[in-house]
Amino acid sequence: MLVATVFVIIRLEKLMSAVMMMGFFSLLSSCIFMVLDAVDVAFTEAAVGAGVSTIFFLAAIAIVGRTSRPVKPNKMIVPLITCLGTGAILIYASFDMPRFGINDAPIHQHVAPRYLNDSAGEVGPPNVVTSVLASYRGYDTFGEVGVVFTAFIGVFLLLGAGTRKSGKERPAPPNVGEGSMRQKVVLREVSDLVIAPVLIFALYVQWHGDFGPGGGFQAGVIFASGIILYALIYGIVPAQKVMPPRKLAYFPAIGLLLYAGVGVVSMFKGGNFLNYSVLAHDPLHGQHYGILIIELGVGITVAAVMINIFFSFSERSL
Amino acid sequence: MFTGLFNYWVVIIIMMSGLYVVMSSSNLIKKIIGLNIFQTAVFILFISMGKISGGTAPILAEGITAYSNPLPHVLILTAIVVGVATTALGLAIAVRVHEAYGSVDEIEIAAIDAADFDQETPAKPAEDTTS
Repeated sequence: MLVATVFVIIRLEKLMSAVMMMGFFSLLSSCIFMVLDAVDVAFTEAAVGAGVSTIFFLAAIAIVGRTSRPVKPNKMIVPLITCLGTGAILIYASFDMPRFGINDAPIHQHVAPRYLNDSAGEVGPPNVVTSVLASYRGYDTFGEVGVVFTAFIGVFLLLGAGTRKSGKERPAPPNVGEGSMRQKVVLREVSDLVIAPVLIFALYVQWHGDFGPGGGFQAGVIFASGIILYALIYGIVPAQKVMPPRKLAYFPAIGLLLYAGVGVVSMFKGGNFLNYSVLAHDPLHGQHYGILIIELGVGITVAAVMINIFFSFSERSL
Repeated sequence: MFTGLFNYWVVIIIMMSGLYVVMSSSNLIKKIIGLNIFQTAVFILFISMGKISGGTAPILAEGITAYSNPLPHVLILTAIVVGVATTALGLAIAVRVHEAYGSVDEIEIAAIDAADFDQETPAKPAEDTTS
């Protein structure tokens, strides 16, 4: 089914429908992640792929136009041969790969057993994904948050949110259809009902990430999608009253600094950078505080970046 | 014999489809969609390698001994969020290209560039049809 969806995307020339199929594709792949036991990943993919990224694509398409020109048959041949060739080589190579689901594949031999066996004693949270993400591989995650932040700076420089003078602003943002969407009673009522629980759910995901699936990344995306939903239904202008873009632009940096600050504090306390065990007298408590704070930093950065990017795109299309 | 390899084959098919879209389509947005498909294929590859038959999600609980490998989950989780951020960056570039050329189609952009080059007027800004 996933494969079928991909083929449909290839054939579609209307970008609008292709983007919709992308959302469907993401939802399907998140179901696959769920089946493969990756609950955290499924969570993220559902929030990101089916929600936020679809909206980004739609916002971009609203600016650049909806149709792509069909691929000419003579332009198809070289890519097709290349892809089939590469695919054949990869399938040939796959015969040497470990079989699906077996216990003693190389991937399960190195650090994974340590994470699974010792993380409860060394770090604490029952969700091993959170322990690895925030504690064992804190550096990695710090880098990832940095990448998200850098991407945000790129979008900000290219499109610039909140830099528009108020005199230039047109009263009705046509992109998100303020006029049409607000009058649709069902949409408005349902979103009124949904937005507040979405935001609360985001906070729950944020603070409960140690115990169940969740954490800063998912919470940030879910929070951002709540705000974006509000902006879609009621228009950009009211949403920007709630979240003034100028102030919002500081938040990605605040989140990142919060993360880095935990690392620096742990250095001053005599540990290594991002070693949370020294943050409190009991190493386990220290780990717990450290994880909570850096997850908060991640959540703030991700949410602020997503909302900022959305505002940038929608302001462009005014 | 080959049943244990099915996951890799699905990944390869999706990956090659994404690559094909990137290479064949001249529309920049469609190319970004292709990159996203490719990316998702990589995600599925990692996650499917981390799965252990009979294992459960890596959240420690009483009475469960087999967990799937948490490491790929961590890597992919962050990769998804980074992926959407970079996608947004790509889309932003496409929007700027559209503002400069009035098109996001590679062939049309190349044509505009060639026309500019033929006129041999240096420092002439590209035709702006949007504003």
